[in-house]
Amino acid sequence: MRQYITRRLLEMIPVLIGISILIFVIFQLAPGDAVSAIVDPKTSAETKAKLREQLHLNEPILVQYKYWVMDILKGQWGESFYYKQPVSRVINSFIWNSFYLSLASFLLSAILSIPIGVLSATKQYSKFDYIFTIFALIGISMPSFFFGLLLIKWFAVDLKLFPVSGMTNPGSTATGFALFKEVMHHMALPLIVLTLGSLAGLMRYTRSSMLEVIRQDYIRTARAKGLREKVVIYKHALRNALIPVVTIFGMSLPGLFSGAIITEQIFNWPGIGPIELQAVNTRDYPLLMGINMLLALLTLLGNLIADVTYALVDPRIRLK
Amino acid sequence: MQTVRSVEAKIREEKILGPWQLAWIRLKRNKLAMLGLYILIFMVLLSVFGPMISPYNMETLDLSNISAPPSLSHPLGTDEVGRDVLTRVMYAGRISLSVGIVAVLISVLIGSIVGAISGYYGGIIDAVLMRIVDIFMCFPFLPLLLMVAAVMSDYKIHPNYRIYVVMFIIGILSWPGLSRIIRGQILSLREQEFIQAAEALGLRDRRKIFRHLLPNTFSSIIVSATLEVAGAILTESALSYLGLGVTPPTPSWGNMVNAVTDAYVFQFYPWRWVPPGICIFITVMAINLLGDGLRDALDPKLKH
Repeated sequence: MRQYITRRLLEMIPVLIGISILIFVIFQLAPGDAVSAIVDPKTSAETKAKLREQLHLNEPILVQYKYWVMDILKGQWGESFYYKQPVSRVINSFIWNSFYLSLASFLLSAILSIPIGVLSATKQYSKFDYIFTIFALIGISMPSFFFGLLLIKWFAVDLKLFPVSGMTNPGSTATGFALFKEVMHHMALPLIVLTLGSLAGLMRYTRSSMLEVIRQDYIRTARAKGLREKVVIYKHALRNALIPVVTIFGMSLPGLFSGAIITEQIFNWPGIGPIELQAVNTRDYPLLMGINMLLALLTLLGNLIADVTYALVDPRIRLK
Repeated sequence: MQTVRSVEAKIREEKILGPWQLAWIRLKRNKLAMLGLYILIFMVLLSVFGPMISPYNMETLDLSNISAPPSLSHPLGTDEVGRDVLTRVMYAGRISLSVGIVAVLISVLIGSIVGAISGYYGGIIDAVLMRIVDIFMCFPFLPLLLMVAAVMSDYKIHPNYRIYVVMFIIGILSWPGLSRIIRGQILSLREQEFIQAAEALGLRDRRKIFRHLLPNTFSSIIVSATLEVAGAILTESALSYLGLGVTPPTPSWGNMVNAVTDAYVFQFYPWRWVPPGICIFITVMAINLLGDGLRDALDPKLKH
């Protein structure tokens, strides 16, 4: 197992280098240079030249790349143009809000999708199966921003059941349980939007994985030796059916930090989504590069965790 | 003997169906897929011919009739400068559908070539190309898209040409998935006898790849491409909604929903933002239905 993890970690290195090159190149493609973005236009040419020197902008592109990578490795991710704060601090103050929202949605879709998927498979072509097939279809076809807007219109504006946006009431001083309740109240609508999106895919995946397993011989054997249907399905079939599902869950781990950009924007949830979009609109390139680099790192990490859990539950994988 | 011969004769009498005809017969039996196909045809006809039939022009202002609710003369009402919403929705359909289709064509072109080369040559070429694919696949799609869109916006491209930029960005960022599928198929096709025959005939690599290997992957290309169009339309609409895709005055379903940034429109003029949203939903759903049906009809193996 340790050997497997080491190999996977080593394989990550070229991909990581590639990702950093990709981010750097896209950033280089932007017209104008960083100096004109930082200082106000009235600054003298001399100061600009000095700044350019400081930021190594006169060096060849490869050298600039080297400096940037070194900075990233040292944990210096630069300063956000807009917030005038270190990028890492800006990211840190918002990313956890994203994490809470996405984690809630992740847990909710996990809890719902597995039983629905299993039932859909064991009762294939039943009414239950059809209803959730249609539901899944709606889930993958609905643009999240439009669904979010409809929910706000119906449940927040018209019925006034939920707050329109944000994470807490403006000027709220609630603490402890009251704060938790308030956040939950704000979280409800974005949670529905996010969960609809991820639930559809997970549900279908569980269903097809389960369908594949219950057609296998050992399931017939289990039935033939007279086991109760419940035991056959939940003890023998489900365990194997969940193996590929584990991978899918693992692969959605990185989405915990980045998967909700649009939904967060619609509900003005103070997470990484609105910040990223604001950085896009204000051309806050250091912040944008930082967020993207972090998200790419987390994605790699998520993929690694997915692979490792897969290898844990399925010993055949390790030997490949 | 008699019976065997008559059966043989019967088989000869029957029309021999090609694989595409068989697939079409299978597709026709799938009611949901056909429903998707009909809805899609309807949306395409509406977008292509609707603006021609409509008595209104997309850009004609009517300041005496601002934000009018739906009525007989304006079935979906009018917008903030009195333009007919239905006409704009139909016109936006042209934009959104063509962005989706062209983006996927770009992605199919790159994806199938990369996949074919990777699968055919193998070795170091395959390793390098697949690492590049890994890099793209490891990158969260939306953040990457937003970053590219931000950089592209800095070039101050004329709004009329932005639609091409959007097609290009979506296309260039979405090929890796397809290239992996193609590569996998080429890997196994490469070992089959007909390629040995091609080898024996002394055909050039290019001819072998493009005339013999790739055509055998058409069914999976068609299935993935169809489902990808749905994704591309969703991506375009989200991007345009955020103001980073197709921008006004060119209408797209996504940027029409953007009218909600005006809280008053959001609350009191739903006819200005709900219809384009529903159009996105219905079109994407129709394409997904058709795509699933095509998968069952063309390539049952693909169904996981």
